[in-house]
Amino acid sequence: MDFYLTALLQGLCFAGIAFGIYISMKIFNIPDITTDGSYTLGGVVTGILLTHNQPGWLILLAVIAAGAAAGALTGIIHTKLKINALLAGILVMTALYSVNLTILGRSNLPLLSLPTLFSVVNFLTDPNQNSLIILSLFVAALTLLIGYLLKTDFGIAMRATGNSEPMIRALGVNTDRMKIIGLAIANALTALSGYLITQMQGFADISMGIGVVIIGLGSVIIAETLINWLQITSVWLSLVLVLAGAIIFQFVLALTLSIGVNPNMLKIVTAVFVLIIVGLPRLTSRNA
Amino acid sequence: MIELKDISKTFNAGKPNEVKALGKLSLEIKQGEFVVIVGSNGSGKTTLLNMVAGTIFTDTGTVTIDGNNATKLPDYGRSKWIARIFQNPLSGTAADLSILDNFRLAALRTQNKGLTIGKNESFKQLVRDKIAALGMGLEDKTEQPIGTLSGGQRQALTLLMSVMDECKILLLDEPTAALDPRSAEKVMRTADELIKQYNLTAILVTHNLKDAANYGTRIIQMGEGQILKDIPSAEKAKLKQAELFEWFG
Repeated sequence: MDFYLTALLQGLCFAGIAFGIYISMKIFNIPDITTDGSYTLGGVVTGILLTHNQPGWLILLAVIAAGAAAGALTGIIHTKLKINALLAGILVMTALYSVNLTILGRSNLPLLSLPTLFSVVNFLTDPNQNSLIILSLFVAALTLLIGYLLKTDFGIAMRATGNSEPMIRALGVNTDRMKIIGLAIANALTALSGYLITQMQGFADISMGIGVVIIGLGSVIIAETLINWLQITSVWLSLVLVLAGAIIFQFVLALTLSIGVNPNMLKIVTAVFVLIIVGLPRLTSRNA
Repeated sequence: MIELKDISKTFNAGKPNEVKALGKLSLEIKQGEFVVIVGSNGSGKTTLLNMVAGTIFTDTGTVTIDGNNATKLPDYGRSKWIARIFQNPLSGTAADLSILDNFRLAALRTQNKGLTIGKNESFKQLVRDKIAALGMGLEDKTEQPIGTLSGGQRQALTLLMSVMDECKILLLDEPTAALDPRSAEKVMRTADELIKQYNLTAILVTHNLKDAANYGTRIIQMGEGQILKDIPSAEKAKLKQAELFEWFG
């Protein structure tokens, strides 16, 4: 039971990455892989500020600002210098490794004895269950915030930017600016996942972000498959499915480990799992 | 309303594939004029239209719109005066967004898109009423993604969207080139009605000589980046389609 509770907690922590990838990939149609860097950035900023005993609100703001700055940088490189989005993301991600190492000062920073977001309030005595309540509230607030944003006039303009650029420019929107803001939001959300995971696992690590983009991609692809299958057009339902995608993804990984698969093989299992989700609808539609 | 002075444009200057699209051209279009531009491929008519739209900038000269110097103003900065209809009927609307969302954006063409929810009941009703006037039976489908509609329907809706917010100038870039004859006629007739109803200044670029003869108050023929013929209102009314064909003889 505890095993699946941990998976659920991880899934909720990764909701930020899933939302971030959903915004960059599905809404803006930009393949952004700054993710690995901005996720770690969120983690190291959290770690270093926690060890300096900074207040919680300041840590949260700093993480959002740091992630947004990283995303905005990718956006500026992509739009102003007209560099391919993938390359722009890789450049920023690579540079962030040094930035993260400099901030952290070493490769691993334990935080076990420090008070974190998950020890602010004690609803329940079991630490994992207590974390679940706090995390659920946090993720619910995040979902409501993004959902509201996407429903506003600004949000509609965001969604149109990834759809038809000539149209939205003709309607008075500076698409370069919009993409920079979009990538900033996406990476701020990604950094929030780093913020949550770091406090959940009790340490910040320089290599915590390696391959983390696949978690976001996998979650969004699970969600997309469900969205297409159920023919959903509602923004709210789509977001809930992205959240569900993040949780399902962690459950599959947990299941893999529980049936005794070597943890070293976890990344290959992840890759194969994403491949199956992407490939399956295409294979079945070909037969039909 | 629109004043182009000594504008010129050369693409890929100094390279082997250099193209001189426009050469020292001046043109003044008054408020309420509906100008039709014809010309063979490569005559510079689309370049001219894009310079008014702001998607490309002139090498020389000035562009003045509604009394404002807009020479260096990008397309999104000109939306306060200009609404545009594209050659590709899919470009004028955002496919994944509902009809309502598309109209919401169009209703804010000249304004800021802020962090408030603007799609209230009265707005929804307004959109339904406007769409009902088109007579295409789309008023009950406003929550559907606009991508589920046909090209002709989307082009007609794009036209309607152009007058959702204050509009002075309407630019039509071969709006019917990708449509079947029946949809094309519907779109042209809707455009003509809106231009008259809202007293818009309009520029239509077209290869369709029938449309060129039937619509507009002034006709311009372009060739090699220059204005070859410029027929004002009184004479255009007398112009026959057959005579237009001779221009291209």
